[in-house]
Amino acid sequence: MKRFIGFIRKEFYHIFRDKRSLFILFGMPIAQILLFGFAITNEINNVDIAILDHSNDVETQKIINKIKSSPYFKIENQIHNEKDIEAEFKKGKIKAVLIFEPNFSKNLVTKKVATLQTVTDATEPNVASTIANYTTALIQNYQLQKKQYNNQIKVQVQSRMFYNPELKSVFNFVPGVMTIILMLVSAMMTSISITREKELGTMEILLVSPIKPFQVIIGKVFPYIFLSIINAIIILILGFFVFGMPINGSLFLLLFESILFIISALSLGILISTISDSQQTAMMLSLMGLMLPVILLSGFIFPIKSMPIPMQLISNIIPAKWFIIIIKAIMLKGVSIQYIWKETLILIGMTVFFITLSIKKYKIRLE
Amino acid sequence: MEKEKIIAVQNLTKKFGDFTAVKNISFDVYKGEIFGFLGANGAGKTTAMKMLIGISNPTSGKATVAGFDVKEKAEMVKKNIGYMSQKFSLYDDLTIKENIQFFGGIYGLSRTEIKSKTESLVKELQLETIINSLVGSLPLGWKQKLSFSVALLHEPKIVFLDEPTGGVDPITRRQFWEMIYSQAYKGTTIFVTTHYMDEAEYCDRVSIMVDGKIEALDTPKNLKKHFKVDSMNEVFLKLARNVE
Repeated sequence: MKRFIGFIRKEFYHIFRDKRSLFILFGMPIAQILLFGFAITNEINNVDIAILDHSNDVETQKIINKIKSSPYFKIENQIHNEKDIEAEFKKGKIKAVLIFEPNFSKNLVTKKVATLQTVTDATEPNVASTIANYTTALIQNYQLQKKQYNNQIKVQVQSRMFYNPELKSVFNFVPGVMTIILMLVSAMMTSISITREKELGTMEILLVSPIKPFQVIIGKVFPYIFLSIINAIIILILGFFVFGMPINGSLFLLLFESILFIISALSLGILISTISDSQQTAMMLSLMGLMLPVILLSGFIFPIKSMPIPMQLISNIIPAKWFIIIIKAIMLKGVSIQYIWKETLILIGMTVFFITLSIKKYKIRLE
Repeated sequence: MEKEKIIAVQNLTKKFGDFTAVKNISFDVYKGEIFGFLGANGAGKTTAMKMLIGISNPTSGKATVAGFDVKEKAEMVKKNIGYMSQKFSLYDDLTIKENIQFFGGIYGLSRTEIKSKTESLVKELQLETIINSLVGSLPLGWKQKLSFSVALLHEPKIVFLDEPTGGVDPITRRQFWEMIYSQAYKGTTIFVTTHYMDEAEYCDRVSIMVDGKIEALDTPKNLKKHFKVDSMNEVFLKLARNVE
């Protein structure tokens, strides 16, 4: 036990004396969560649009006022010619143009149909489609109000967004970033710190000493479990206080699942360290082999449901996918273990598998 | 007086797939001697040594180190040997004191033992003033001496030195060999690999490995006489040429 404590103390010296690892450990989580939270967002606010009103009558004015009063759009200017649309887009300030057909009010009364066209600058496809959705929603809302005055029979579709009524992207990013950070810190940092000992030749010295190989590994991994838990807590605190990310479920369960995920990431880190001889290889392997799948296939950024079937199948072997499902369920839906035991079991199974595999691999290398 | 065998190797062989790195070697090392283990790069001396220090399993054959079988009692072997690699593997980002504490700790020394060892070691190497500096800031020669002393912390019966003088200047090499001598005088057996042939002259006995086999084993004096040459360098060249 005393050996073990000495070993861990040494490991902390390494970490706290290396500015780079300190930065990756603590600077990056905070930077990432703030970046994702503030800068990278799917919501739109105050988008500059232009109006091309061919009819200029009561109804179009009503709609324009409605748009003006919404927080999403800012009417930058009125244009009077179809030709000006492209010119405005080229200037770059305006993201969309709303075009009312001539005789808008009249058509609405006589033909019961009037056309409003939304032209968007789709060089930024996400923004463009969001704008299109928002305008559609605004117009529908306007129609509803109109129908009420006319006292006609109406079928009203009301959507309610459960768990995230405002569709805040932060609710998606906090769990996602937490997953990435835990994966990065746990897997990359451990694999680098183990391969560093190999590179420096100190691993050989440790293996020649009476300390057992598995003690070496546990000694190397333990500080990172501890630091990763601290990281998880920092991210949760930031998410909660800065972005209003709710934690509806049990905090204890959330921490338990996080520790489980951390251990599975650590065992992946050990696995990587057994197959790489240099710190660079370990880093590249962690980045390419772990980070990319986590970002692309975990459902964090791209919804798994809309992937082709082979990709969906591959996503099942990514621990991060299950972890994201679990923590979202705990934080947003406030569920208890009985709703996520399946995912938890999968995560436990993966962890056991990776640990067994890395111990096996580690032994082979010793031969 | 019958000399006490501290390392006994019989028909030791190591194969990696089809390649046989160590072919059926046998030799003994006696207590308190400085045993030189020579060979060109790739002759198999590192592989042979790895089997003796318990981090590589022999394919066949038998070896006992400090009275323990390397295959069955690797743990006991490890407790009784010290090891210093050619990289002088200390932690650069730990201070001299922390390195001593750490390595003392993993060899199971008590806190008071570590404390007294640290004091005597630092005094002997005259490192008192810089005990709290990082090892990374030390010149190579000092690292080497420190590394040797750290390998001796737990008072092992045998010390294995894997090319301990690589990359250091002649004066430091000389000083290092003085340290080796004084340690051997205290009764510690020294097992040293080197490719500096002048260093081979300092050894009590020398074995020369060529192509996985031990081609010669005797005192440097007898070897030179046997091959009718003046230096170990020529002995080595003659042996290597005969095989090719």
